[in-house]
Amino acid sequence: MNAQREYQILISGVGGQGVLFITRLLAEAAISKGLPVFTSETHGMAQRGGTVISHLKVGDFTSPLIMPGEADGLIALKAESVAQHGDYLKPGAWAAVNNPVAMGAQDRLRLHCWDADQSARDIDNPRAVNLIMLGFALAGATGIAPGDHWLHCSLDDVMQALKDRLKGRQDMLQASIRALQAGAGGRSLL
Amino acid sequence: MCISWEVFYSYPCKDEERMDQPLKKELMMGNEAIARGLLENGCAVATSYPGTPASEILASVARYQKRLGARMHTQWAVNEKVAFEIAYAGSMAGRRTAVSMKQVGLNVASDPLMSAAYMGTVGGFVVISADDPGPHSSQTEQDSRMMAMMAKIPVLDPDSPRQAKDMIAMAFHLSETYRTPVMLRPTTRVCHSRQDVMPDPISAPQGGPDFKKDPLRWAATPKFRYRLHLELEEKLAQIAGHSDTAPRVVNSRASGRKAVVSCGVASAYTAEVLKRLGLWDRLPLFQVLQPYPLHIEFMHLLQTGYDEVLVIEETTGIIEMQLADRSRIKGKLNHAVPRVGELLPETIEALVADFAGVKTTIPSVTQAPGRRPTLCAGCPHRASFFAIKKAAPKGIYTSDIGCYTLGLNLKAVDTVLCMGAAISQAAGFYHVYKHEKKRPDIVATIGDSTFFHAGVPALIDAVNQNVRFVLVILDNRTTAMTGSQPTPATGKSAAGDDLVRVELESLVKGCGIHFLEVGDPYDTKAFIKVVKAAVAFSRSEGPAVVIARHPCIIDLARQGKAADPIEVTVSDDCDGCGFCLQHFECPALIAVEDGKRTIVDPLICTGCGVCLDICPKGAIVRV
Repeated sequence: MNAQREYQILISGVGGQGVLFITRLLAEAAISKGLPVFTSETHGMAQRGGTVISHLKVGDFTSPLIMPGEADGLIALKAESVAQHGDYLKPGAWAAVNNPVAMGAQDRLRLHCWDADQSARDIDNPRAVNLIMLGFALAGATGIAPGDHWLHCSLDDVMQALKDRLKGRQDMLQASIRALQAGAGGRSLL
Repeated sequence: MCISWEVFYSYPCKDEERMDQPLKKELMMGNEAIARGLLENGCAVATSYPGTPASEILASVARYQKRLGARMHTQWAVNEKVAFEIAYAGSMAGRRTAVSMKQVGLNVASDPLMSAAYMGTVGGFVVISADDPGPHSSQTEQDSRMMAMMAKIPVLDPDSPRQAKDMIAMAFHLSETYRTPVMLRPTTRVCHSRQDVMPDPISAPQGGPDFKKDPLRWAATPKFRYRLHLELEEKLAQIAGHSDTAPRVVNSRASGRKAVVSCGVASAYTAEVLKRLGLWDRLPLFQVLQPYPLHIEFMHLLQTGYDEVLVIEETTGIIEMQLADRSRIKGKLNHAVPRVGELLPETIEALVADFAGVKTTIPSVTQAPGRRPTLCAGCPHRASFFAIKKAAPKGIYTSDIGCYTLGLNLKAVDTVLCMGAAISQAAGFYHVYKHEKKRPDIVATIGDSTFFHAGVPALIDAVNQNVRFVLVILDNRTTAMTGSQPTPATGKSAAGDDLVRVELESLVKGCGIHFLEVGDPYDTKAFIKVVKAAVAFSRSEGPAVVIARHPCIIDLARQGKAADPIEVTVSDDCDGCGFCLQHFECPALIAVEDGKRTIVDPLICTGCGVCLDICPKGAIVRV
């Protein structure tokens, strides 16, 4: 992976889904790789079930917000996010979308869908949609398409960030790792 | 297995860090970086009242305090004015102290702020007031730097978490050099962004308290206030030459007859924009660290060195106002820069491109409708609002600042002005209607924390004037909207230690209220009866108070104390009338089949069981 590359990623969902949690995991993975990082979050009233979006910028940046048309990718915990935040994505950007079926092709974007709600029920952890989608996007990072890295870090880097964060809370750690793996095992719905 | 959702909602703390561990880069939220800065600079007293986007500052100070065993005082005060005065007295006694709040909180603390500026400080005193351009979670977009200007104290404006931490050291130094309170004014994008930040070692507060009596200063009468005002003006003149906080050139290789002046997060955006537009080496960018008082030399440089200057700042044109020769300035005062709303990077890119005469194409963002915020599934406030609308269906509903502002969605909130106004506005409505033949019922709702903050004086006033209204105190035992900070009734300190409890019942009675009932809104039918009785009392007698007591469900879940869920479903009796969606609006109730039926989403439902009592067809049933 090229450490000099810059990554601008959007992560979106609704309040309570854990958008901020996976944003922080990605940011901590960046720090452990020695990469400079910025994130931006939604707080307060917007968190009460409203749309939550976080921006993640890895590389030589001075500010926390991504410009419209500049994001490399989107992790969408709700499918509606693609319409809501699509304008922030650059042409050819990837989107990992929680949706039960493949979404209609969009010429500007590379949409990859995975039914994370179902996957969460399968592992009996309905609140883990966030980690499942993160795992799914990370599988892209390590090469759904060869040579095409979606993110600045790998599944292993995020596993390590999780282990650091959940040290001494074995049950949570195990459940979280299972969720990540469930997502990473997913293949884009066609 | 379904594990606690805490891990997916809030972020658990890392292992306890100790003093002797080597420091390494950490992902720090702006508010955490500010807190870290306070600990690194020997802050002995830190106070606050919660408010987005400032809440995590004190919470983080308290966490560091606990983790590192720092000998200091941290507290959530009952309101910002009290918080300010406690921290200020600490400075008078020679300690380094800080008070933090959101911008509208500074309105509440403006009385001591204006006076403290005259009296000055001994120990370094930092007033942190977080602004919310947008606004994202506030009533106004007001610019705290304007308050600094009015109070005549210096203000620092950080562009990032890293700089916010560095500015705490600058602020203490500035405060102690000139014996003045110093404001730090972060904005939402600084408070709530995260960055890799290198921590510096924690430093214990120096020396001990040493209050030196000086009544001509600390209890100055108007005659001496005049002298203190003269002194203050002298200080300001010196601060306008303080080298530490002078504006800095961001791109030193650039030269030309045009320049951009910016501060706060806007300057961070501007730096990226200059690079994107290929202007980095052509258009000089100055970052102002101390927007008030603006450095005299810098004003002179702008006047003599440049033909045109673009000023980009949030939210008011504070820098601009201090530039005497405005003919060469483009900014908010001549409407070149938008005066309303947050300055987003795309807005700044368009401004800079136009100013420099280069082309740029920024894709326009079509505002697809997002989800509107709503009370959480299982929120006890929803049940309270339902009962209020049953008991006084045609009432005037005054309300207040907190999660329950979202009672708007349920049409159970008609007014929201500012902290505590639910009660005084209810009184105002009563007084204008009291001579009419038909008086409307008036029901005010206020949260427990907001009642403590600013509701108590208003209630005393309402009792004194015998205002015929019902006050429902939505007592969820916490300050929920801002992340569950304790209230005086919680009996816990910011660091989690035991404090003395102040109970709502005795407080309400102490205000002179004769009708007081406490009920659990989850017990829907009984609670409606209680509110009805209160409404009846208010029609004939005087003010009635109902305490709607049920803990915040997020708080319960965090503590692992959530009650066993009552599993509910919708039977075939549902005819899709939509009553529940409109009047109860629980996110777990979802219309399907083009609105012909309603179902319960088990992923969202918390199993509070309140909806069992609300369907007119009785179609919501236990599983």
